[in-house]
Amino acid sequence: MTSVLDAELAWTSDEMMAVAAARELADATVCFVGIGLPSTAANLARATHAPRAVLIYESGCIGAKPDRVPPSIGDGVLSRSADAVVAVPEIFTYWLQAGRIDVGFLGAAQVDRWGNINTTVVGEYGAPSVRLPGAGGAPEIATSCQRVIITLRHSPRALVEKVDFVTSFGHGDGSGSRERLGLPGAGPQVIITDLGVLRFNDDDAQFVLTEVHPGVEVDDVIAATGWKLQVAPSLRETPPPRRVELDALRSFVKG
Amino acid sequence: MAEFTSLSDAIDRHVHDGDTVALEGFTHLIPFAAGHEIIRQRRRDLTLVRMTPDIIYDQLIGMGCARKMIFSWAGNPGAGSLHRFRDAVEHGLPHPLEIEEHSHAGMATRYATSASGLPFGILRGYTGTDLASVTKNIAWVTCPFTGELLAAVPALDLDVGVICAQQADREGNVMLWGITGVQKETVLGARRSIVLVEEVVDSFSPHVNGVVLPNWTVDSIAVVPSGSFPSYAQDYSERANGFYAYWEPISRDNEVFQSWMGEHVLATENHAQFLASLDAREWESNGD
Repeated sequence: MTSVLDAELAWTSDEMMAVAAARELADATVCFVGIGLPSTAANLARATHAPRAVLIYESGCIGAKPDRVPPSIGDGVLSRSADAVVAVPEIFTYWLQAGRIDVGFLGAAQVDRWGNINTTVVGEYGAPSVRLPGAGGAPEIATSCQRVIITLRHSPRALVEKVDFVTSFGHGDGSGSRERLGLPGAGPQVIITDLGVLRFNDDDAQFVLTEVHPGVEVDDVIAATGWKLQVAPSLRETPPPRRVELDALRSFVKG
Repeated sequence: MAEFTSLSDAIDRHVHDGDTVALEGFTHLIPFAAGHEIIRQRRRDLTLVRMTPDIIYDQLIGMGCARKMIFSWAGNPGAGSLHRFRDAVEHGLPHPLEIEEHSHAGMATRYATSASGLPFGILRGYTGTDLASVTKNIAWVTCPFTGELLAAVPALDLDVGVICAQQADREGNVMLWGITGVQKETVLGARRSIVLVEEVVDSFSPHVNGVVLPNWTVDSIAVVPSGSFPSYAQDYSERANGFYAYWEPISRDNEVFQSWMGEHVLATENHAQFLASLDAREWESNGD
């Protein structure tokens, strides 16, 4: 029987994803935030356990503190609440390229087992079956931040064996690719979806399933993944959302 | 030296068929009114440059003004796809569109390079991506001092740069603030420039992140209130977020698109008439 309390604490898989993604962001982290799910999660982190997180948006807003979900990367709520607003060439050079950012928080249309991201095309570049928006700031966020968090909804079309186009470099074709290219950051370390959490395992040189969200079966996650997903021996269940997390998330989304 | 003129005169004078044109503004201060005027004057074969070609370039492409687009992110922010752009790329409608795509960092470097008068700029970027293999204007250079391999991108060869700003003073100096994107670089990096302003003031007040373009760096200034609608001008207007969702089904169907553009852009003579032709109730329910 569902108690009143349980009913109030019911959550959607998207909310579980946002909460799990937010938990990945430690307090006082300097985070370059992509729009959409990453922005929601980063702001949830700031509203709960990470009040000193510094959120940076590619529109040039440094230390943005929006009180509602910004519908775009350059919304007025970002510039008005920021500690500083700088020109776009500056945000990508003095701030991102110079290595001042701890965490890059990205979404993706497709991501593969090595954390390479595609936001450019499905199919052939010259004759795509689906033309996606393109790179935006992601290629340099993926290479210049010290680590990268990826969040997207789980499906075999989204988590694929190999991306159709490498828009943003993760770990190439496995371990050691980043070192060979001389990339400064550690690259994507975690992928949070609406079904669970995948973490990059250096030994296997790929993303493996480390957490499943409450109510999700491991087989469902494997079936929704486009590669033969390995399950970590230490697999655990994601702690469910707490009331404080859901309240903060809902008030932020509602605005 | 900047001259005050109507927007239609400024477009007529500065934007020619075949030109390379940047209409810039990063979410904020997007010069929509200038895009509409280019459509009204039926310019053709333009190379359109913009970091984030949103609805404004969707309209220019769908109306057949563009031959090529140079960009780094082509979507309808928060609402989905640019369907006129996608139709051009996926199906060659209304005619094939050549594309040249970069990352934001690469495009920002190109704008800064143009403003600096240099032939190419460098960045630590594009490493490991497939962009470098499909975009010929991405190359690699070795640092002569450290030996580091860096990406190189050429300056943008801009005939015309168009931006919006909040204010001009009576001498034609221009001031903008809030998110200022690559607007300064667009004006300084182009052979000719047009600035749309909300109003003319006697003198400027200081603003956080205020950018001033002296009058000798600008060619034409047009006073166009709400010239950035449905984008916004900080301290003058709010972004019409609902419009971006409202645009999605219009853009999706070319007949609906052509009819909308005919009614609201081609059948109106200027931006004031364009704004008067719209009914905000159609998108305000989408949430602002």
